[in-house]
Amino acid sequence: MFTQFKYWKPYVSPFDPCKPIRVKSYSTPPQLYIPFQPPGLPQYPTARQALHCGTLWPDLFSPYPNPEKKGK
Amino acid sequence: MWYYEKKLQYPVKVRECNPRLAKFLIEQYGGADGELAAALRYLNQRYTIPDKVIGLLNDIGTEEFAHLEMIATMVYKLTKDATPEQIKAAGLGDHYVNHDSALFYSNASGVPFTATYIQAKGDPIADLYEDIAAEEKARATYQWIIDLSDDPDLNDGLKYLREREIVHSLRFREAVEILKEERDKKQFY
Repeated sequence: MFTQFKYWKPYVSPFDPCKPIRVKSYSTPPQLYIPFQPPGLPQYPTARQALHCGTLWPDLFSPYPNPEKKGK
Repeated sequence: MWYYEKKLQYPVKVRECNPRLAKFLIEQYGGADGELAAALRYLNQRYTIPDKVIGLLNDIGTEEFAHLEMIATMVYKLTKDATPEQIKAAGLGDHYVNHDSALFYSNASGVPFTATYIQAKGDPIADLYEDIAAEEKARATYQWIIDLSDDPDLNDGLKYLREREIVHSLRFREAVEILKEERDKKQFY
């Protein structure tokens, strides 16, 4: 299974005026890993939940902001 | 020909009057990667794309108008009854002198919408790749707006719209696979 966010550590100069962000991240949502949606993928149990998520299939759902990083 | 359903695709709620957020959201209304550009791009490309994927462009282009309507509702609610002072403080003074509190198709910096934001190359692969790129750029724009927004009710709607970009991107990627005509063939290496 793939991860929805990837991380990298940019170079930090001793002269950077803004407080450096040591680890940066970017979103890698499911469409990058599913070349063609297979038939019969499991769906959300309720229509309300599917509407809230914006898709019928949990496999296509992508969270934002990164739930691991609390906000940003 | 369209049938109109008198409701939004997803309910739009806004916690408080916040014209500054409205200024940012306008990017998705009349910006280069906004919903208007998306709708016009897909519905226009329909005519010259192979028949197998016309329906897809039709459906997604139509849905983009539903998204445009959600963005318009958000902007309207965020600025409704704001005083000229509040509008000015939010950096929308130059919008106000031209449009009062009417909505207008421009980006977050006030640059009016232009057809040069979209393309129809006539080559099916070139057009679908542009569509995929457009969905990813719109997804990124939603991310950055969510980052700037402190309105949880608004963000609920924005997260929904971001997810739709992801689903649309997948559908366009599938359209490319269909046009490649390699899907049902047995693969030998």
